[in-house]
Amino acid sequence: MLHRFANPARFLRIAAVVQPWCAAICALALAAGLYVAFFASPPDYQQGETVRIMYVHVPAAWMALFAYAAIALAAAVGLIWRHPLAFVAAGAAAPIGAAFTAICLATGSLWGKPMWGTWWVWDARLTSVLVLLFLYLGLIALRHAFDDSDRGERAAAVLALVGAVNLPIIKFSVDWWNTLHQPASVVKIGGPTIHPAMLTPLLLMAAGFMLFFVVVLLIRIRSELLARRLRALRLAQAHAAEPAAATRGPVLG
Amino acid sequence: MAGFGTLLRRELVLAWRQPGDAATVLAFFVLAAVLFPFGVGPAPNLLAQMAAGIVWVTALLAAMLSLERLFQADLEDGSLDLLALLPSPLWVAVAAKIAAHWLTTGLPLLVVAPAVALLFNLADAAYPVLLAALALGTPAISLIGAVGAGLTLGARRGGVLLALLVLPLLIPVLILGAAAVDAVLAGLSPRPHLLLLAGLLLAALVLCPWAATASVRQALD
Repeated sequence: MLHRFANPARFLRIAAVVQPWCAAICALALAAGLYVAFFASPPDYQQGETVRIMYVHVPAAWMALFAYAAIALAAAVGLIWRHPLAFVAAGAAAPIGAAFTAICLATGSLWGKPMWGTWWVWDARLTSVLVLLFLYLGLIALRHAFDDSDRGERAAAVLALVGAVNLPIIKFSVDWWNTLHQPASVVKIGGPTIHPAMLTPLLLMAAGFMLFFVVVLLIRIRSELLARRLRALRLAQAHAAEPAAATRGPVLG
Repeated sequence: MAGFGTLLRRELVLAWRQPGDAATVLAFFVLAAVLFPFGVGPAPNLLAQMAAGIVWVTALLAAMLSLERLFQADLEDGSLDLLALLPSPLWVAVAAKIAAHWLTTGLPLLVVAPAVALLFNLADAAYPVLLAALALGTPAISLIGAVGAGLTLGARRGGVLLALLVLPLLIPVLILGAAAVDAVLAGLSPRPHLLLLAGLLLAALVLCPWAATASVRQALD
């Protein structure tokens, strides 16, 4: 199953078919989600209109965690089975995940100022998400820090697996410690404790964010594969252009 | 485990012949700590409250300086390739290097830390806890830092990158180490913080040599 999609050419063919559909559904979900979030859902009885920040903040937080989990999984697949596309996918997902994490932190800060009276508190949930952002930045920096890009990819894969210890800490930080951040109210035992009028736009936005991630990921993977093919063609061209250079003297390196 | 002892002795002899390296780290530790009174003002009460935090943060930063060289010198002169060819597994050599790093960086920091805390008027009762927390925390710094040192081996701007990778992972050590001292100052028991720190050290002891070995092997491929 896994190796059916290991072939980059087959992947490119499938991606070209899937991508427009995903993009269309993503646009629909985001449009519907934004409409319901802004106009067709009630303001909170305590928080008033600021509750609408949730429809961006919570999906962004989910995607920040999901993207890191996907990167860690791709890193493991790449290290164990030497799957040629896994490292490309992990590298392509890292900047998207970092952007979701930054959006989560920024919207959380904007929400925190009116509700908690402060932009930032050093509670366990906020701190662990901040660490997640640094892990993303570390992944991106490490991947591009080597002249040999294979080495960068493998080092980033090991770091992705090491950093995965942070995921359960983020998820359970609101249960393990007394935090100002509220505990989970959607994904919990006994069903969500959030009214359907608010759950509907939240899930629509979450679906839109997820599809946005998929579409941008596919674009990034495709452009990375094309860039590599271009590099290989240029190298072949350069080698073909100077056959005499190889015979003139000893080849260095 | 005969190989471990031999490799550890090699590392210590190398460090002993270059005493300037360890001394520079200690000098940075003291100097960075001394900057704080100028930055936040010399009020004794404020400094006494901040003492443990300052010691921990500056110790972390000082350890970053020495981590960069953990595998670098051996990679440059080719010794790392020879260590990988030893009949004993590579993790033995990596574990020996981590142990040597703690003995040449963590242990000296532990010895100097009370003197730095003295400059900040840390309460007398807090010294044993500060030392216990550092004794549990500094090996964890060496262990987790070794993973980062392996990952950044041969990277451009390796030192800055190493700090960017390792410091976020060391935040739990910093939180628990500083919280243990704060607990004593607040009249509470530091025991839960020290136990958590010990648990973290044990987990790092199991996982980090393995991860560091994997990262060093990536660099040698």
